[in-house]
Amino acid sequence: MNRHVKNVTPATTDLSRRSFLVGTAASGLVLGYAGVPGIDSASAAAPANFEPSVWYAIAPDGLVTVTCGKADMGQHIASTMAQIVCEELGAKWSDMRVQLASNDPKFNDPVLGAQITGGSWSTMMNFEAMSRAGAAGRIALTEAAAAAMGLPPYFKDQLVVRDSVISHPKSKKQMTFAEIVKSGKATKTFTPDELKSIKLKTPDQYTMIGVSVPQLDIPSKTNGTAKYGIDVMLPGMAYGKVVTPPVRFGATVKSVDDSDAKKVPGFMKAVILDDKTGTTSGWVVAVASTYANARKAADALKIAYDGGPNAKLSSQSLLDEAKRLQGLEDSGQFFVKDGDPNAAFGSAAKVVEAEYTTSINIHAPLEPMNATAEFKGDILHIYSGNQFATRSGAIAAGAAGIDPKFVVMHQHWLGGGFGRRLDADMMIPAVQAAKAVGKPVKVIYSRENDMTMDFSRPLTYQKVKAGVDGDGKLVALSHDVVSAWPTARWGIPDFLTPSVDKKGPLDSFTVNGADFFYTVPNHYVRAIKNELAHNATPSGQLRSVAPGWTFWAVESMIDEIAAATGKDPAQFRISLLDGAGKNDGGAQRLRNTLLAAMGLSGYGTRPLPKGEGMGVACVSSQERATASWTACVAHVAVAPSGAVTVKKLTVATDVGTQVHPDNIRAQVEGAALWGLSLAMYEKATLKDGGIEQTNFDSYTPLRMSQMPEVAVTVIANGEKATGVGEPAVTVVAPAIGNAIFNASGARVRALPITAEAVKASMKA
Amino acid sequence: MPTLTINGRSLSVDAANDTPLLWAIREQLQMTGTKFGCGAGLCGACTVHVNGEAVRSCQTMLSDVAGKKITTIEGLSAKGDHPLQKAWVAEQVPQCGYCQSGQIMQAASLLSKNPNPTKEEVVAHMDGNLCRCMTYSRIQKAIMRAASEMRTASATSTERRPT
Repeated sequence: MNRHVKNVTPATTDLSRRSFLVGTAASGLVLGYAGVPGIDSASAAAPANFEPSVWYAIAPDGLVTVTCGKADMGQHIASTMAQIVCEELGAKWSDMRVQLASNDPKFNDPVLGAQITGGSWSTMMNFEAMSRAGAAGRIALTEAAAAAMGLPPYFKDQLVVRDSVISHPKSKKQMTFAEIVKSGKATKTFTPDELKSIKLKTPDQYTMIGVSVPQLDIPSKTNGTAKYGIDVMLPGMAYGKVVTPPVRFGATVKSVDDSDAKKVPGFMKAVILDDKTGTTSGWVVAVASTYANARKAADALKIAYDGGPNAKLSSQSLLDEAKRLQGLEDSGQFFVKDGDPNAAFGSAAKVVEAEYTTSINIHAPLEPMNATAEFKGDILHIYSGNQFATRSGAIAAGAAGIDPKFVVMHQHWLGGGFGRRLDADMMIPAVQAAKAVGKPVKVIYSRENDMTMDFSRPLTYQKVKAGVDGDGKLVALSHDVVSAWPTARWGIPDFLTPSVDKKGPLDSFTVNGADFFYTVPNHYVRAIKNELAHNATPSGQLRSVAPGWTFWAVESMIDEIAAATGKDPAQFRISLLDGAGKNDGGAQRLRNTLLAAMGLSGYGTRPLPKGEGMGVACVSSQERATASWTACVAHVAVAPSGAVTVKKLTVATDVGTQVHPDNIRAQVEGAALWGLSLAMYEKATLKDGGIEQTNFDSYTPLRMSQMPEVAVTVIANGEKATGVGEPAVTVVAPAIGNAIFNASGARVRALPITAEAVKASMKA
Repeated sequence: MPTLTINGRSLSVDAANDTPLLWAIREQLQMTGTKFGCGAGLCGACTVHVNGEAVRSCQTMLSDVAGKKITTIEGLSAKGDHPLQKAWVAEQVPQCGYCQSGQIMQAASLLSKNPNPTKEEVVAHMDGNLCRCMTYSRIQKAIMRAASEMRTASATSTERRPT
């Protein structure tokens, strides 16, 4: 369906879940402009710089500039990459700087083989490469210093590297990094095999990893100097405002009358997008000399649409279709199939069954979608903040009708990402407007465009059935997940996962998390694509992706089973986390994390006032192989009206190794509050094929006054460093739902949770 | 051609009187620290001061600010060292950072009138400013830290006042 996207298919890279398990380094993509000389500012270092690796350069003044290939959307990943380099290099933190990489494939993620940021993968997948890059620089500088100091090469082991200074304590000689680089003697390069054989520091030798150093990007974010995509200014540029149709997807433009727009000063053109990438449908962009005029012109356009095949659909029709599909015997494909749950239900002493739903949710990063396109000679320059430069560059090329190797992506700080900027829709109006008016064009979505055209978290419907034997043991669980398929939309086969029943690839980004660490002998998870929703509400990856809904279902159901069998829900979880078979290791870490959260919250240690309750949930991450073990105890008060007050969230997370303790706490707290916001405050709905919520008056993320107390504890046990941007999002909703049950006996099964639903369940 | 008194300078902008102040600041004056978030006064990302009051520049037309004193994040302090900016660094508040210019400008208008706000007063004053990264607890801490430092500084300066 999308020939441009096909181009980005990695030739040899295996991006399936298996590659995460194996963790092998992948080769680069066959894409990018490496063949176009003289346009890569990121690598065009002055000859006097010392560049031991593509990841950083040391200038003659001693400043170390790390090039970050990951999108920095507030997780401070650029600073984290610098910190990992700094540890092995032995530089002084105040000498470290960061810059953001272009889309040159040499900056591809060493594990993923592409430039994509998500999945809480970055620290885990780049830790080793950055460590080796740093160590290689230290070795090269040390050898050069030994030579300059007149020491025989075997003396180099007597040199001490610290704070950008290399010293020889015996002779009291020392040289700064700056002096060594200035001398031009540091020239050693490393082959991949040499890099691999470098012995890295052990954790007991760390002086930087585990220290909350000041984040390098923060000062610029307090004085207005940090540059986001929306801040790009190019000489002679024009501005574009998109006009999007009332239908989310599938509408076409019948006619555009620009007679009133022509009266707006500075108006240049109304451009009807010709989007062969299939990313947008029925979009027009009004181009003018200023954005204020572009908005006026956009408002003045009279556009007639054909609403297309989805123009009558609503949230209810998507849900009805999901239920119909779930009811079919042969729907979907199996993601997990252990034993035979259906047979086990027959002999179970008790069967518990429930349906769980989540609404459409909108990313709404505070920086509205935008992109600036500029044609210079053969090269298309794109200025934006984007999470998937590899694919977005290819989409921009598709919009321009050129080869992707002629697209240069200029990365900026992201004013929020949360998965939204994995998509490339904003490239298309910018590119086609720039082409149409022969000037650079910056396209900025209005908030209304941004919300109604979001690649949203899809509406989901899940049916879970559990079988318990006579001893109260969970022996069978079947789990059907029906949703639009966000990642299938990319058209990159390597991002799909083979189904266990060999019925073709499935989108594991709709079922991840359902392959949990509990021991259940008969267990299946079925991924069912809701084609109607997939077409009507093209979905995307929203912070934590599938675990945002799968754990809502699983962790609510575990509670329901505990209630049905008269067990404490926390103790019941602990009994299921026995570490048998494939769950060995992970299950025990999750159990310990749950115990930590219970301890920190005082779970079960004292009676709570009437109307209050505590609920627990425990989760892993997107993939089993990338897990950060996370548990939450929610403390809520439920009023007789059904109104819920979240008094406190206690979150524990096991991250293996902490690179930056303070940042981990900031990310976990932000993620937990995202979880709360999705659980209680955020809901989007589809009506007549369009998203009804258009701004922050009707789509209402958490505000300061709605913030409960949040306590975060981090477990760092020396295992491999894992990611923290997402897991705490997923654990909060079920913990709150379970706390509501504990407080009031009301069971809620739909997100977001409403007072009406709580009250109705109390009565029932 | 309207003239703006902004950050202590007088600058003329090539824009109609019904242009939102936000876009004149960002595009004509190329001061991009003030951000566009919602265009409807719902998020606070575009907050600037007009005669010392925090206003949403997306809802303020150029005709509204004739002859008035405008301050943006770029003009809040000479070197980015307003006590709030220092507190924002000390508490490591920003994540993506996009809303933070607006948060700081909103907070500055509180502290200029109320040097010793309670937590409730901080929440009431800041509730119109969205932070999608949810850095709210650090914003609160940074405001309290800055308030405390400003009180100490003004107490010190009072003590040293010649009699």
